[in-house]
Amino acid sequence: MSNSTDVRRTDSAAPGVRRGRGRRQKGIAGTTMWFWLFVGPFVIGLLIFSYLPIIWSLVLSFFEAYNTVTPSKFVGLQNYVDMLTDRNFLSSLGTFTIFAIFIVPLTFVLSLALALLVNQVKIAKAFFRSVFFLPTACSYVVASLIWKLSIFNGVRFGLANTVLGWFGIENVAWLSTVDPPWYWIPIITVRLWLQLGFYMILFIAGLQRISPTLYEAAYVDGAKPGWQIFRYITLPQLRATSVSVLILNLIAAYQAFDEFYNLIGNVNYARPPLVYLYGISLGSIQDLGHGSAGALILAVIIMIVTLLQNRIFGFGKAGD
Amino acid sequence: MPAHVPNAGLNRRDLLKRAGGLAALAAFTAACGGNTGRPSSGGGSGGAKVTLSQWYHQYGEAGTQQASAKYAKAYTDANVAVQWTPGDYASKLASGLLSNKGPDVFESQLNIGMVKSNQVVPLDDIIADVKSDFAEGDLATNTIDGKVYGIRMIVDPQVIYYRKSMLDKAGIKPPETIDDLIAAAKELTTNKVKGIFVGNDGGNALGGPALWSSGGTYLTDDHKPGFTNDRAATAIGKLHQMYADKSVLLGAPTDWWDPGAINQGLVAMQWIGMWAVPGMQKALGDDLGVFAFPALDAQSKPAVYSGGWTQFVSAKSANVDAAKKFVKWLWIDQAEFQEDWSLNYGFHIPPRKSLAAKAAKLQSGVAAETVKLTTDYGHTDNPSWTPKMGTAFTDLLTNVIKKGADPSAEITKAEKTVNAELSRLFG
Repeated sequence: MSNSTDVRRTDSAAPGVRRGRGRRQKGIAGTTMWFWLFVGPFVIGLLIFSYLPIIWSLVLSFFEAYNTVTPSKFVGLQNYVDMLTDRNFLSSLGTFTIFAIFIVPLTFVLSLALALLVNQVKIAKAFFRSVFFLPTACSYVVASLIWKLSIFNGVRFGLANTVLGWFGIENVAWLSTVDPPWYWIPIITVRLWLQLGFYMILFIAGLQRISPTLYEAAYVDGAKPGWQIFRYITLPQLRATSVSVLILNLIAAYQAFDEFYNLIGNVNYARPPLVYLYGISLGSIQDLGHGSAGALILAVIIMIVTLLQNRIFGFGKAGD
Repeated sequence: MPAHVPNAGLNRRDLLKRAGGLAALAAFTAACGGNTGRPSSGGGSGGAKVTLSQWYHQYGEAGTQQASAKYAKAYTDANVAVQWTPGDYASKLASGLLSNKGPDVFESQLNIGMVKSNQVVPLDDIIADVKSDFAEGDLATNTIDGKVYGIRMIVDPQVIYYRKSMLDKAGIKPPETIDDLIAAAKELTTNKVKGIFVGNDGGNALGGPALWSSGGTYLTDDHKPGFTNDRAATAIGKLHQMYADKSVLLGAPTDWWDPGAINQGLVAMQWIGMWAVPGMQKALGDDLGVFAFPALDAQSKPAVYSGGWTQFVSAKSANVDAAKKFVKWLWIDQAEFQEDWSLNYGFHIPPRKSLAAKAAKLQSGVAAETVKLTTDYGHTDNPSWTPKMGTAFTDLLTNVIKKGADPSAEITKAEKTVNAELSRLFG
């Protein structure tokens, strides 16, 4: 039995004690008990707060459910048909796409650049790492309010407008102007500020896993420091990290809610899917049938995109 | 091969450990339970007083929260626990009403969905004796199929207040048509001051008033869309012109319902409710005038949105009768408290005609003018206008005002959603 050694190890605290059958069994029971004691609460939490709601929303998505979570009128796939033909839902997917096109590559490039810089700093390494990581600890809501009320407000005493004022440029209503769509600047920058540090830490961890011998070998072979080393050693070695950063980033972008909701609210020209779904199901409309159908459609899209990304970049392949 | 062997025997210590773990988990989940605003005792069995939970949204004026607690404490037939809700009250209320963990008594605005899904109870019996003392519009906004579901607490007229000095200086008279308003807003705009503040969204709050000022309405009496004619399209299109002229203030730190923008001199005119009059008078003194949203042209009349808050009893309450008794006590019998609530913090019109007639604070200055405008031009909400229709209408306004879309085409799109809702509700 493969785990008899484990059992003996748990008993080894009392060497010399007879190893009867009863002892061995108690050891196993003890291990199982501790397993459930530690894992149990989380499993129960996961079941109650994640899986149950998912199943419930699957059920709701087949019903007409206004103002109720225990609906009675079965409508089959009608809610799905409605959502897939709802131009507001489709345009929310479009909003997300624009958002992802900006935020995913920007976050990737900037956090990698930060990681490379911080990793090369000779003095006060811990300080720089913490300084860039700190914004991650800030709440999206708090950051959004600071962006909205003090940095990017539309009146003359907003920080951005004050700076523009020095150059004689007229006040810009950052969050209310749709042509040109200035609202993207606060939305993108607040997320960059909040999440760059986190992805930077992931990249630093990845950088530190690269064996120095690779660099030494490259120098011996005549590689030039700088771009060549980065392109042929660092970047390929970071593949696993890069792929996870991309996937995490894309999923986080799909889940965008807080900064949109707090910066511009539920407006039809810039609401990502979650803000739209929140509006129809949990806001005052309380149309939980359509909301659930939309949420499940979104979940399926995220799954497909993640799987595709995996297929393309090969995350988790042997050797990573 | 699975290593799990069934428990050969659970000794007492194991049992205790496991029980302890479970108890800790139970305590944790209990602590996560909803805070309903009620004390954890309650129940109301065996002659003890019942406990009612009463929900309010957060009023902006200082002293309102203390006042609501004072009223609750003065009631002797039940314990009333007030829950004051900052932030998104509508969403919190909507989820609260899904279960019996929500409020027993709450303030809101009626829509037919609340009646269709049995969230509120009719209050005809408690209002019967004094029904004639309420204005027709305030009753209509709370009546569905002949039953009254809510007792109006306060009436909140929304109009345009302006700095008299700024208009005088520019030689501008209070506008009489929408075109006058657009011209005035443009004229008053300088590089320091914008002409008018109608909300950071560019003026969605003006959608209803513009519609009414064209002679239109959200829904007709026979449940058809009332916003589909050309005059409505013209009026809504005018809102875009004001936005495109860059004479509206955008991106202010506070929104239209807060007098911050006009008080700080960021604008010459502001769309806002009468609740802000005390705050504006404190900052601006007598430099304050008022006019209704102007008429589209000579064929129609100006418009005032007569909003407000109404008290309801939740149908899911365990103590519906006690809750109704409390609502009758506070919002029908206690004239003194109603007067306090309407006049001592922000200004609101008391819905009871008998009280409104006595309200000394509303009988002079801009407050009196606002009351007069409301009597002449007031429009209350139609309870058949559901939040879903409201969202479609807001989308229409956003597309027209901000993106400059064609009003008629946008109206057709909104009409489709509204018709779908109407056929769901009325067949």
